[in-house]
Amino acid sequence: MNRYPLWKNLVIVIALVLGFVYALPNLYGEVPAVQVSPLKVGLKADANLMNRVEEMLKNANLAANGIFLEQTSVKARFADTDTQLKAKELLQSRLGDDYVVALNLLSNSPWWLTAINARPMYLGLDLRGGVHFLLQVDMKAALAKRMDAFVGDIRGLLREKRIQYSGVTREGQTITVRFRDAATREKGLAEIQKMLPDLELRSVDEGNEYRIVGTLKLEAQRQTEKFAVDQNITTLRNRVNELGVAEPIIQQQGSDRVVVQLPGVQDTAKAKDILGRTATLEIRMVEAHANDPGARDYDPQKVQQAINGQVPFGTELFYMQREGAKEALLLSRQVVITGDRLTDASPGFDQTDNRPIVSVTLDGQGARVFQQVTREAVKRRMAILLIDRGKPEVLTAPVIQSELGARFQITGFRSTEETKDLALLLRAGALAAPMEIVEERTVGPSLGAENIRIGFNSALYGFTVIAGFMVVYYLVFGVFSILALAANVLFLVALLSMLQATLTLPGMAGIALTIGMAIDANVLINERIREELRNGNSPQAAIASGYDRAWGTILDSNITTLIAGLALFAFGSGPVKGFAVVLCLGILTSIFSAVMVSRGIANFYYGRRRRLDRISIGQVWRPAETKR
Amino acid sequence: MEFFRIKRDIPFMRYALIFNVISIITFLIAVGSLAVRGLNFGVDFTGGTVMEVNYAQPADLGKVRETLARLGFSEASVQNFGTTRDVLIRLPVKQGVTSAKLSELVMQELKQEDKSAEARRVEFVGPQVGRELFESGALALLFVCIGIVVYLWLRFEWKFGVAAIVANLHDVVIIVGFFSIFQWEFSLPVLAAVLAILGYSVNESVVVFDRVRETFRNRKMRNRSVPEILDHAITATMSRTMITHGSTQMMVCAMLVFGGETLFYFALALTIGILFGIYSSVLVASPIVMWLGVSREDLAKPEKKPEAEAVV
Repeated sequence: MNRYPLWKNLVIVIALVLGFVYALPNLYGEVPAVQVSPLKVGLKADANLMNRVEEMLKNANLAANGIFLEQTSVKARFADTDTQLKAKELLQSRLGDDYVVALNLLSNSPWWLTAINARPMYLGLDLRGGVHFLLQVDMKAALAKRMDAFVGDIRGLLREKRIQYSGVTREGQTITVRFRDAATREKGLAEIQKMLPDLELRSVDEGNEYRIVGTLKLEAQRQTEKFAVDQNITTLRNRVNELGVAEPIIQQQGSDRVVVQLPGVQDTAKAKDILGRTATLEIRMVEAHANDPGARDYDPQKVQQAINGQVPFGTELFYMQREGAKEALLLSRQVVITGDRLTDASPGFDQTDNRPIVSVTLDGQGARVFQQVTREAVKRRMAILLIDRGKPEVLTAPVIQSELGARFQITGFRSTEETKDLALLLRAGALAAPMEIVEERTVGPSLGAENIRIGFNSALYGFTVIAGFMVVYYLVFGVFSILALAANVLFLVALLSMLQATLTLPGMAGIALTIGMAIDANVLINERIREELRNGNSPQAAIASGYDRAWGTILDSNITTLIAGLALFAFGSGPVKGFAVVLCLGILTSIFSAVMVSRGIANFYYGRRRRLDRISIGQVWRPAETKR
Repeated sequence: MEFFRIKRDIPFMRYALIFNVISIITFLIAVGSLAVRGLNFGVDFTGGTVMEVNYAQPADLGKVRETLARLGFSEASVQNFGTTRDVLIRLPVKQGVTSAKLSELVMQELKQEDKSAEARRVEFVGPQVGRELFESGALALLFVCIGIVVYLWLRFEWKFGVAAIVANLHDVVIIVGFFSIFQWEFSLPVLAAVLAILGYSVNESVVVFDRVRETFRNRKMRNRSVPEILDHAITATMSRTMITHGSTQMMVCAMLVFGGETLFYFALALTIGILFGIYSSVLVASPIVMWLGVSREDLAKPEKKPEAEAVV
């Protein structure tokens, strides 16, 4: 009677096997490793890099347990942290500034586990140690800056078109342009609207002044906000690379906040300092180059002299890196345009021949200066520099084809990838909106390891005590319950590993709590079976009806706890979210294991016996018969 | 082994009024304490900085306080945290100073006093974020309550939904009341524990209500009155209730013992919730259901019409 159909038994077995396999990586632990990633635009992590790393390590007698090539980096495993540190120093000094070498922890699982994507659980910061920042972008300042740029643009425009105005000012988020009469105002309105479509303009008459009041259109406002956050995120990413952190998390949270998580970082002072910096852009004229005979200033002799040490007054020698070769350039010391004149940079395609290009937009003042300079500089080369970490670096040095204005194109790219990277970098170089740290959590590594120990011990000891009690109280059925409970934990760990959900200390407490709550279902079932036996049912019937009757109650009670878990997940953040995830997953696994797995085991053990006299479920106390 | 050798149904409902009065009194005490003393909110909700500093030898709290006062933090709270070598420093939100500089500044000064000072953990929460976390927590509580009432309404009947929520909110208020009376730190993990208890507690009530429904539908019990049925349901599930709570409590005890300072208040909230949960689900929810006038018809399955029409 109590036999499970074959498919049900198969489901249980397959679930157990899968659970075991995906939970296994957690046992293997993690080993110290080093991660090499290219920093520069255009450099890739490829087999070449892997070979170089391998050779360098071999020559230095640093044995690596394995060297892997991944999409964006090359990773090497070591036996201990000493070798790891030595390797890091060696590689960083040999590879130079083009690459960043970071310390990392790699899972030690054998290849067949990693092949099926079985990884250990992703440990949160409070278990791994590290830094968590929540940064808020000052949106008002970002918008104000945009409006200020517009003010400059409007001034320049009106002057150019010879439209008389009495003043242009910005108050808060609105721009006011004042005119002396209505006719000029109409002319001004038309011109401004043409040049700045993002502004919403209104004519306002105040006293004897004729004004135009402009605010940023909602669409444009949102775009500015998005740009501000994106720019900041890119800048942050570049900054974080410098810290040599493996697997940093930099994400947008909400409309104006950025989360930065740096696992393993110890020097929080340095981290905060670096995050606060920004990079800027510069445009300078090329005085002499040795690359392109068609352009002006082609003077290889001068360049060679500079390399040898004779740098003419007012110039500076730079090297530009383009596809593996270094090109020497003699640049003017005078800066034509600085980065804060840049309002936008986006990748695109040339209209005429579909080559990949980067389209750059300057603000009003920048455009005017640029126009003047380029008017006389056709066929000369101009260099675009990125001032990063205080060191200027030439990004590109194109030939000026014609007089340039507010928008111009940079050509000479090999792929759209390059244009995308450069556009991002240019925007990142442009001044980002100011950011403020609104939340910070730092956990030292020793505390992290201790937290793991705490969580694990609580769960382990709790489980042991409960197991002891169940076996003593319910005997063989107690054993079934404990086996189901163990399966529950197995499924939970496997699910967390598969989903790579973040495990935090409250999360580990959640595992412990799940164990405590999961036992409820089993107690319900066992008590019900005892009651059936007490009422005089046969053992087989008792088992069957015990499980059946209990199912509805188990479902109801677990769903209500699930509602609480979902609410916590939706409204919680950080460690609390970790707790909520574990709670919800734990409820699902406990429903499955308490009912299916436990019943499967019971059926397996007792189901076959046709004539079952008694089952081992502890004492079934029957109230004494009333004496006749 | 059988702990619960109960011969007959224990007449709980006879004392329903007394239980309810006790509940109301404890409820009022809790609310009173909350109104008068308020909660000791952790940094998560108020904003501010928390630093856990570890020294090589027992720390001199007086000196630490002096150092902080010198830096301008006379309202800083300094206390031991677990062992005498660990110090927990709480700094309220200070206008004009960014947190980035703050913790560095403090550590610099502390290191000057004693080179072995090491920051094990730093948490800074801006006041705006703190407020948001508080609001999120309140919303979560509201959402859970509504969700549970709706679910129980669907599965049983509205009277049960309301009774369950009232009884278990009573739980929540008691836990929060305890934290208020003893001024224990109420942080985000504690709020998480409270919400988990809410879900868990309703768990209890559901088990009892399920039994009630089954008993109502049971032919043998047709003649019993509502209080008697409730008594029977509670008595029958008594064994299961005690054992489950006992087991969960054993797990939470492990957390209390091995969890260290970090999990302590979390585990404490869970403990109070589990213990009072037994009381509230059994002795508060059922009387409320009774007062609300539950009857057999509320839970009866729609009966099939007897084939009276067949008789021509």
